[in-house]
Amino acid sequence: MNKFLLGAFAATTALTPIAASAETEVQFWHAFTGRLGELVAAQVDAFNASQSDYKVVQSHKGNYSETLNAGIAAFRAQEQPHILMVFEVGTATMMGAKGAIKPVYEVMAESGASFDPEAYIGSVKGYYTTTDGDMLSLPFNSSTPVLWVNRDAFEAAGVDPDMDLSTWENVGGALEALKAGGEECPLVTAWQSWIHLENFSAYHDVPFASKDNGFAGLDTELMLNGPAQVAHLTAMGEWAKDGKFIYTGRRNEGGANFRAGECALFTESSAGYAGIKAEAEFDFEVRPLPYWSAVAQEPQNTIIGGASLWVMEGHESEEYKGVGEFLSFLSSSDVQADWHQNTGYLPITSAAGDVTRAAGFYDDNPGTDIAVIQMTAKEPTANSKGLRLGSFDQIRGIIDEELEAIWSGDKSAQAAMDSAKERGDALLRRFESANR
Amino acid sequence: MTFRGWLLPLALIAPQVIISAVFFFYPAGQAIWQSLFIPDPFGLSARFVGLGNFEFLLSDRFYRTSFLTTAVFSILVTLCSMVPALFLAVIADRLIKGSGIYRTLLIWPYAVAPAVAGVLWLFMFNTRVGVISWYLGQLGYDWNHVLNGGEAMGLVVVASAWGRISYNFLFFFAALQAVPRSVIEAAAIDGAHFWRRFFTIVLPLITPTAFFLLVVNIVYAFFETFGVIHTITGGGPQQSTTILVYKVFSDGFVGQDLGSSAAQSVILLFVVGLLTVVQFKYIEKRVHY
Repeated sequence: MNKFLLGAFAATTALTPIAASAETEVQFWHAFTGRLGELVAAQVDAFNASQSDYKVVQSHKGNYSETLNAGIAAFRAQEQPHILMVFEVGTATMMGAKGAIKPVYEVMAESGASFDPEAYIGSVKGYYTTTDGDMLSLPFNSSTPVLWVNRDAFEAAGVDPDMDLSTWENVGGALEALKAGGEECPLVTAWQSWIHLENFSAYHDVPFASKDNGFAGLDTELMLNGPAQVAHLTAMGEWAKDGKFIYTGRRNEGGANFRAGECALFTESSAGYAGIKAEAEFDFEVRPLPYWSAVAQEPQNTIIGGASLWVMEGHESEEYKGVGEFLSFLSSSDVQADWHQNTGYLPITSAAGDVTRAAGFYDDNPGTDIAVIQMTAKEPTANSKGLRLGSFDQIRGIIDEELEAIWSGDKSAQAAMDSAKERGDALLRRFESANR
Repeated sequence: MTFRGWLLPLALIAPQVIISAVFFFYPAGQAIWQSLFIPDPFGLSARFVGLGNFEFLLSDRFYRTSFLTTAVFSILVTLCSMVPALFLAVIADRLIKGSGIYRTLLIWPYAVAPAVAGVLWLFMFNTRVGVISWYLGQLGYDWNHVLNGGEAMGLVVVASAWGRISYNFLFFFAALQAVPRSVIEAAAIDGAHFWRRFFTIVLPLITPTAFFLLVVNIVYAFFETFGVIHTITGGGPQQSTTILVYKVFSDGFVGQDLGSSAAQSVILLFVVGLLTVVQFKYIEKRVHY
């Protein structure tokens, strides 16, 4: 392990670009490559061109986990960047790191950059806001799960693609009909824990963990073995057994199958839009995530996935001014509207959504507003504000293992979730004692 | 020879001592020290817990199972990489023409990095689009290493052993070439057939190489197969491919639980120490130099 640590230190130190200009430099570490990486670079270039006092230097540090690790190792070596991108499950880790982070609301207040916390969409900023309403990190890329429909596959199986798929009851019927019509992959999913447990709980307004899903204290316990979750997973387990739900892996492996036209239904992030639009050679459609009408009269809101920008402690106040200006620039309606339209990520401000609507984007690209509506239709409750659980990356791993036991028929949904709770709680207690 | 004074001998062994101290004793000492604390990821504070981290680990049934998983995995990887390598080396050794080409081709897989090898095998066995899983499907076998622990184990073993066959082949081949022809020819004249000659003459003569490879391969299976497991299974399904080293990584660098991770490295240190003692005390006795 120590060999790894040394290596990480060496790598992060070696890769830190050297400041060499009169402008105040602001380091920004992120986790995007490919098209998303280009878009981030374009945002940074636009900011640098818009003024001459500050220069933001962006660098890619690997995937989400690797970026967080790079940030942590850099902090330990006192080489930390000003802005670090951290995925949503790292939120509790960052919050616990008092002395390593500088809350965004403080940065904005000190820098004097324009900042209106009210402008941000409630269910997006809620994830990164304290119970007192202070914004700790700036939401950057946020998405939410939706249901993707392969209309051609429905027609090939002799099922009406316009049928109502708003409830899981109806989806169950559709899966039956698709299977009977010869469809070999009626349903596939990405990010199973995020969609079928975390979002499922918020969407049905049932708790995922005690203490307001961890927002109200570190002494939180998982509650994912409740009757609503167990009923859903039991149904999914039966679909898996009957070959109606095909399990492909823990991440978004199923995306390849759906984009290739092999599967009829796909529960995946709204940010899958760019990829599906580019690759799908069939008629596809976006629908809201289904809910169980037996559990809830109507759905609550879904929660987000993605990352936010954390400002790290230990820099000069002049540099924090630049950070404030940059974050303010990122939040501006035009920048956000572009980002939203190019990536399928949600806009972080309501104004950006309005700009997009006014430009006619939703009319030209039907379904792209489903995620926005699904997020914003209702004011978030304590159960649907988000999750704030320590060691959550690991807990997701545990949940994945237990879900796999359900799909393979090794365990009942109840037994699997009871075990997930027991194992997850052990990690939560460790996190609590590390951050006391 | 004997040295006068201490200075020169000390200077001569200094590089080795310094390297060991910097890259082994210091980190190992740090790991032992860290294993007594639960630190926060940023190193801002640490709470002393004594042996609490070890207690937490040993009460985790998945951690205890991980020992068994590691044993099964290491034995399989060692067997699957040494036996075919020896077989190929014996065959290549008998070739009169074109052995250079075979040798070159057989060494190629060693140039493939473990993570890349992992991705390669993953593509072939991908449950939906893999070539091999498709053929298996045609034969009526439903391959699904994503849910089936045994298949997942099989896949990581094959992927880990594959590149290693080349490495072992190289050593076995060199060892076979070093076996004196005269001995073999004498046995042949006495009427010993090929496999008899192999088991009674060749094999005992190459035991030093075989023992060396055994040690090296077990160390490889323990520590260097990480990339393969990370790319193919991520330790799953249900931790059926989580070997000890992989857990050190996932707890320390995914879970940011450095206390538990350090405690695991300490346990691993003892396991490897024990293994080395066993290898040199018992197995080496059967080696003929």
